[in-house]
Amino acid sequence: MAQIELDDIDRVFKLGDSAVHALREITLRIEAGEYVAVMGPSGSGKSTLLNLLGLLDRPNSGHYRLEDRDVTTLSADEQAEVRRARIGFVFQSFHLVPRLTAAENIGLPLMLAGVPAAERAPRVAQALKDFGLEERAGHRPEELSGGQRQRVAIARATIMRPAMLLADEPTGNLDRATGHEVTALLEALNAAGTTLIVVTHDPAMGERARRRIMMDDGAIRQDLRRTDAAPGPAGPPTGTAPGGPQPPHPAPRRVTPDPPR
Amino acid sequence: MSPIDTVRFAARAATAWPLRTALMMLAMSIGVAAVVVLTALGDGARRYVVDEFSALGASLLIVLPGRTETGGVNPGSFVSSTPRELTRDDAAALLRLSLVQRVAPLAVGNSEIAVGGRLREAMVVGTSADFLELRGLKIGQGSFLPREDFGRASAVAVIGDALRAELFAGQAVLGRMIRVGDTRLRVIGVLAPSGRGLGMTTDELLIVPVATAQAMFDTSGLFRIFVEARGREALPAAQRQLEDLLRARRDGELDFTVITQDALLGTFDRILGALTLGVAGIAAISLAVAGILVMNVMLVAVTQRTAEIGLLKALGARAATIRSAFLAEAALLSLAGALTGFVLGHAGAWGVRLAFPQLPAWPPDWAVIAALATALGTGILSGVLPARRAARLDPVQALSKR
Repeated sequence: MAQIELDDIDRVFKLGDSAVHALREITLRIEAGEYVAVMGPSGSGKSTLLNLLGLLDRPNSGHYRLEDRDVTTLSADEQAEVRRARIGFVFQSFHLVPRLTAAENIGLPLMLAGVPAAERAPRVAQALKDFGLEERAGHRPEELSGGQRQRVAIARATIMRPAMLLADEPTGNLDRATGHEVTALLEALNAAGTTLIVVTHDPAMGERARRRIMMDDGAIRQDLRRTDAAPGPAGPPTGTAPGGPQPPHPAPRRVTPDPPR
Repeated sequence: MSPIDTVRFAARAATAWPLRTALMMLAMSIGVAAVVVLTALGDGARRYVVDEFSALGASLLIVLPGRTETGGVNPGSFVSSTPRELTRDDAAALLRLSLVQRVAPLAVGNSEIAVGGRLREAMVVGTSADFLELRGLKIGQGSFLPREDFGRASAVAVIGDALRAELFAGQAVLGRMIRVGDTRLRVIGVLAPSGRGLGMTTDELLIVPVATAQAMFDTSGLFRIFVEARGREALPAAQRQLEDLLRARRDGELDFTVITQDALLGTFDRILGALTLGVAGIAAISLAVAGILVMNVMLVAVTQRTAEIGLLKALGARAATIRSAFLAEAALLSLAGALTGFVLGHAGAWGVRLAFPQLPAWPPDWAVIAALATALGTGILSGVLPARRAARLDPVQALSKR
């Protein structure tokens, strides 16, 4: 079975008297290790879908099975547990805590999980090294460039070694070159086995995904898989340019390799 | 999240807005400092009064002639309208009671003292040797009245330090003769200068044997009899003994009044204690106001950090984790404020003691503990509502906030 199974998901928002159907009868299977781009115009429901996949939101009806477990019926705290262990978020606006240093921001999920400080330090140090942020460990977000901020955010999203990464317009606030860098970084993580689901407006970024889901008016209009044999993006990303990020070495992940099932 | 991490996280959050935190702490510290300083003043006043009275001796009984009763008219009222006076013999009889340690009869009057060409009006106190110990006086030069029969009118005097300075102006005093009214007396001692005394200072007293004073003022009655019981616990029993004896000596009539120092003291103690409590209560209102301020500050903090709360939720923070983080922040703010107030209050009390050295302005322990506990309590209580609000935020909406 697939890593993510959505069945007949409906999500309705009440705005005053009118009901807005953000998601209509979404049924979707995503295998572990897939690289999915969710695209569509504003208000098409792609962000709602991502929030739902990330257990930040609950559907009004339908079922969501994550790694063979029905997560729609879990309590809020149980869902928090799942988010902490299995899901990494990357946001358009980075969402770093402004008063904490880069290292502390990266260590935040470990702290929330109750990992003692002594144990956190080496893992954060390793993450800083993997993402080329060693020099910036003690800097606060306001002292970092946009690209560095997003690298900190990605390091934070992956420190718990999640099974999937959910990225909402991860390059939306970045210039073209840094956007490519960040894309390359996410793709490298995907290549190492992490499921990557990206919501984007940018057709160029969407092109790079192996699977593209086009949404409109809360429904999936198109679900395209690239059939070409080449695994991963066509050609090396142009963003590996100046001082580009070293792809983090494929640390042992709990996710099993691509599904032969 | 481990407790240490929670506290550290909260501390970082609190220090991220230094002005906000400082103002908050100021409000809380003013409340605590107000309680500490005001109770120090109140309790200082109480202790001052109590000390003043205790200086007179806690096991002191004062016998005055006459009795004021609110019993209405009875046959006795027509028979004896004037009470019999207390006499030297009464005083001497009291001395023989088992529970009585010291007795000092007192006859008081005003007279002129003449030394050489100088003349001065002074209060003359006729008493006995025990007076020195009873009133806790100190002898500066020479000796006090000799221990002798109350009936003996020796022609000796002990003078206060102010009288010595004014009448003798630095000359030798002991052995000099003075004239008091028509009586010539020899000065045998000078009292040490007294620091303080409630109402009257002993520096201007002329002390003579009780019989001498009675002869001087031509009276056989006593103004007072000071009686010291053997210890504070023996006081009620001693009073009973004393009353029985005196009543027997005056045909079963209770025409005298006994005042205990203790009763007087207890009344003052209660009044001033209640005053201190009231003042503390008023000061505590400012603590409640500070508590409301903590709540306001924390509510603003939740609004300010909505996006951060959304992020923490996305990273897998449970509701309880977020709740305790905000509660810890409120607790830290009020703790810091309370401690600052504690220090400020003690500094204030120290200032009061510096300005009024005679006032023992130490805040009572109960007030300090109550102030700190109230500050912490209101602070944490005020943090509950904001913390719960933070924990209940919807992560999606919180994350979309900037």
